[in-house]
Amino acid sequence: MRHWSMKAPAIAVLISAATLFCAQAQAQEKSIVVASTTSTQDSGLFGYLLPIVKQKLGITVKVLAQGTGQALDTARRGDADVVFVHAKSAEEKFLAEGFGVKRYPVMYNDFVLIGPKNDPAGIKGKDVLTALQTIKAKAAPFVSRGDRSGTHIAELALWQKAGIDVAHDKGSWYKEIGQGMGAALNMAAASGSYVLADRGTWLAFKNRADLTILVEGDKRLFNQYGVMLVSPAKHPHVKKDLGQAFIDWLVSPEGQHAIAGYKINGQQLFYPDADDPNA
Amino acid sequence: MSDFTDALRTAALLIINLDPELRGIVLLSLAVSLTASVCAFLVGSPLGTALVVYRFRGRGALIVIANALLGLPPVVVGLVVYLLLSRSGPLGSLGILFTPTAMVIAQALLGAPIVVALVHRMMTDVWATYGDALLVDGASRLRAMPPIMSIGRDGLFTAFLAAFGRAIAEVGAIIIVGGNIRDYTRTMTTAIALETSKGDLSLALALGIILIVLSMIVSGASLVVARSLTGRW
Repeated sequence: MRHWSMKAPAIAVLISAATLFCAQAQAQEKSIVVASTTSTQDSGLFGYLLPIVKQKLGITVKVLAQGTGQALDTARRGDADVVFVHAKSAEEKFLAEGFGVKRYPVMYNDFVLIGPKNDPAGIKGKDVLTALQTIKAKAAPFVSRGDRSGTHIAELALWQKAGIDVAHDKGSWYKEIGQGMGAALNMAAASGSYVLADRGTWLAFKNRADLTILVEGDKRLFNQYGVMLVSPAKHPHVKKDLGQAFIDWLVSPEGQHAIAGYKINGQQLFYPDADDPNA
Repeated sequence: MSDFTDALRTAALLIINLDPELRGIVLLSLAVSLTASVCAFLVGSPLGTALVVYRFRGRGALIVIANALLGLPPVVVGLVVYLLLSRSGPLGSLGILFTPTAMVIAQALLGAPIVVALVHRMMTDVWATYGDALLVDGASRLRAMPPIMSIGRDGLFTAFLAAFGRAIAEVGAIIIVGGNIRDYTRTMTTAIALETSKGDLSLALALGIILIVLSMIVSGASLVVARSLTGRW
């Protein structure tokens, strides 16, 4: 009676401790942490692929959906076993620093330039560099990820190829939001802006409002994904056997076939290319 | 308006079908936030009471600090806990980053100042009324702590609920230290953030509705338990 105020919480803590214990016990099973990008999660690829991995390999894959730059940093700190990202230049830097063991190309899709259906800047059907130059010239609103993600890195490279120093020339039309692909699309939908997106996330995205694809099919919009085991030499606790097993499966004919089989409304989202040594 | 009706319908369907993934998410949210707020309470309530009962140098400073920390930004707490628990951080060898345990730690750190500050404030009046009587027999201040906490238990309870409310509604810290891993560290709030980013706004709002209902049920149930235990509101 006197200390009732201690009793209710004590009961609560017992229940929740039991639940947490179960959650931790679950963690004792074979599991790896994969630092990846928002596109692989937001497109639904992992939701489709990971149950297959669990069934075939008995490995539970815990995915951190972070954007390429952050995912590589998470791995640098030793907080992930495998990285699965899409910015070849950043991946090669990661390898050169000794944080990764080996890079395996896994699959590709492409970026698309998205904007409002009425296309105020008039970029529809142009090549991507002309389209960006037009957006800049007309100061049409453009949403940039601004988060060092693979898509952001690709966007910056495209501005550069278009001869525009966007870091210097950006005006109020250029909004760096520092968030994931979905958030950027939400913002573009709400504000009638242009935005560069990976096709996978776009196809899976639900809140399109009057956004549509305006520029696509340009070779410069190619988007390659790669996977790497985090170096056990740098971080001895890395689960190298399980991590390598996951990578080996992804690039195996079986894994590649599974990736090709992921479709939304009959449309394939990712194209396997583990057998392409230049990818 | 269709967004809201869609969300209500989605929420109802999710509840009626007892969606198994949703059930896991709800249980984890409750487990993490309850454990964290209980930890914050067990540490914070004696501390807050001691700040009333004892007189010592630096007491005023501690009270100011506890009150200032009421506005502790979750995202900063998340970042600090992340850096501490990261494999490259001082506590990295524990290997608990991106686990529910890390989420409990972050939320307990957020809840503790709330408990300390609220308990201190509510105990001040109680102590002013009963303090002299409790000390008059020459009892030590330590001996006066349990009875004064018992007298002020309504206040303690409010402090606990405030800490729980902070925890269950919080997303900034746990999304950093938990990583929003499906079936493992995904809670109601991080799931809402995820569905929003996927553009599935009606599902996100449906989860929000369920979270609010859940939070009301927990607070209501706590009040009922409290009343049955004390016989008073």
